[in-house]
Amino acid sequence: MRDLSYVRTEMLGEREPPMGTSGIVKWIRENLFSSIGSGILTVLAIYFIYQFLAGILPWIFQSSWTANSLGECRDAIKEAYGEDTEGACWSVIAERYNQLLFGFYPKELYWRPILAFILLGFAIAPVLFDKFPRKFLIFSAIFPFLGFWLVWGGSIWLPISVMLGFVVAYYATKLLPAIVGSLGSIIGAMVLPILWWLLLAGPVAGMLHNILPLGIESVTSDKLGGFTLSVLIGVVGVSLSLPIGILLALGRQSNLFVVKTICVGFIEFIRGVPLITLLFVASTLLNYFMPPGTSFDLVLRVMIMVTLFASAYMAEVVRGGLAAIPTGQYEAAAALGLDFWKSTRLIVMPQALKISIPNIVSNFIGLFKDTTLVSIIGLLDPIGLSTAIRANQEWNGIVWELYAFVALLFWIVCFSMSRYSMYLERKLKTSH
Amino acid sequence: MSQAEAIDTSAMKVSDEVAIQITGMNKWYGAFHVLKDINLTVNQGERIVVCGPSGSGKSTLIRCINALEEHQEGQIIVDGTELSSDLKNIDTIRSEVGMCFQHFNLFPHLSILENCTLAPIWVRKIPKKEAEETAMRYLEKVKIPEQADKYPGQLSGGQQQRVAIARSLCMEPRIMLFDEPTSALDPEMIKEVLDTMIDLAKEGMTMIVVTHEMGFARQVANRVIFMDAGQIVEQNEPEEFFNNPKSDRTKLFLSQILGH
Repeated sequence: MRDLSYVRTEMLGEREPPMGTSGIVKWIRENLFSSIGSGILTVLAIYFIYQFLAGILPWIFQSSWTANSLGECRDAIKEAYGEDTEGACWSVIAERYNQLLFGFYPKELYWRPILAFILLGFAIAPVLFDKFPRKFLIFSAIFPFLGFWLVWGGSIWLPISVMLGFVVAYYATKLLPAIVGSLGSIIGAMVLPILWWLLLAGPVAGMLHNILPLGIESVTSDKLGGFTLSVLIGVVGVSLSLPIGILLALGRQSNLFVVKTICVGFIEFIRGVPLITLLFVASTLLNYFMPPGTSFDLVLRVMIMVTLFASAYMAEVVRGGLAAIPTGQYEAAAALGLDFWKSTRLIVMPQALKISIPNIVSNFIGLFKDTTLVSIIGLLDPIGLSTAIRANQEWNGIVWELYAFVALLFWIVCFSMSRYSMYLERKLKTSH
Repeated sequence: MSQAEAIDTSAMKVSDEVAIQITGMNKWYGAFHVLKDINLTVNQGERIVVCGPSGSGKSTLIRCINALEEHQEGQIIVDGTELSSDLKNIDTIRSEVGMCFQHFNLFPHLSILENCTLAPIWVRKIPKKEAEETAMRYLEKVKIPEQADKYPGQLSGGQQQRVAIARSLCMEPRIMLFDEPTSALDPEMIKEVLDTMIDLAKEGMTMIVVTHEMGFARQVANRVIFMDAGQIVEQNEPEEFFNNPKSDRTKLFLSQILGH
């Protein structure tokens, strides 16, 4: 008979791991040379990377920064680096970077978009990083109006009077419930500011301007262009498409038939139409729908279209996040007495948005890159300007340098967004 | 838990005040008749255990009491307020009735403390500091104050369920509903949750518990309800219910769950 009984008399402590299972040698062995096949692939990859860099680096660095035309530039490179060298003609960037960044914005007013851009940083910082003092959020709320005023200029009373529309909405939600009940106050809070914007905001601003003319030189939209334009459309689209998308996603799940139908109809229509069509609508058709005499700024129209387009996609991304929330969460929130809006805001949305972060940011990145489509309807974003510059006699025939520069600008912004989303995911991770 | 220890029941007083009154309640899921003609009166201070085979409608019954499920016929009056489709009534009742779920349903994006203070702050409008003090008091009561800053995902099942109980208690409800609170737990953790519930019962809380823990029923309940096929088949004091079941259906059920 075998004795099967065994009793452990003392529990074992923890030990250090054996040598060679940590450190750089281990990393190289595991990641680069774990088998013969992976060793071969590593060597091949190193070879191709070398070939690629050996091809592109001389082109980037054996270049000319000071020439005035493509021909001059090529001669300068040949003179400096030898007959057979083909280098990049960065001169075109050196000469035209102002235009690529600001379009035809008056040179002496460049400080205004630059200031707006810096202030934009301060406005989004408290939204992106919760370590920032919460008081800065007030500035974030004011910034859209300030930024608009800095870029377009004109009377300061116009943005202020537009801002008053939100004050109207705020007081409507505060004061109306006592008079017309809660549903009435919601409708009032939506209708009153719209009435204010359509009918009163303009005249009131004009009146105030007559009393106290405060303003800066106004710059019309056709002067806007370059990367400034991309950033303008991108920032408006990004910051508005998320809240609108959330509302659409909630509307799509609503039990109210009318709300649901409107949201589904909107989302399916917008998603079924190419952005470029919407942009053409913005540039040509939209004016037919406006009351006669109203001239609605083209850039503003494009911003609206891009925002609507992005919102429809955002709504579907958020809906995906909502679908991933277990019913138990809704039930627990309801059982604690939280009403629909509170449970949506405090329980459901934070979790749904957290799940959707990678998709949301993908959409933001896509939206930002889609702003280059406005070049097709004649707006001079960096792509539109590149075409214009290439049509110029001096720079006729240049391709890579311009597009590489534009690509770099976009890449910096998109890559930052991507990194931020990863930071956010790490920060919001609450389980192991 | 078949050997029920005797517990001090001196503080468990059933008053004459009616806490929940259900009369002629019927519910359908589509064409399926889940709850058939339910009549039940629960007095303040009662500890009721509801048992029965799965699909018998016991969870649905207690979920109707705080309107997580809608009933189609009959009347449910909780603490003097009738449950109707009026949203105001539903919110009033929900803040008076606490509920614990089989899968805890803690909010994973909030810390334990935030889980407990959320509803008091947003529904009861209690100042944050005060809500946190109350929450800590209840977390101490369920014996996990040291976990207050962790997230639900970092806790064991038993701990999560105790947090869920504390979270409900923070709303200072007059009635607590438990929907199979120990069914998703490892055997080692069942006891810690049951102990918490026993403590609660000792303090005189009105409780309706859907559970298969018959030991708990013997120890704590003043009434056991057996449900089958959407109806209340038998109800009695635990002693009588377990030792002397009347209905054949009850006898069969008891022999199946106590037989092993």
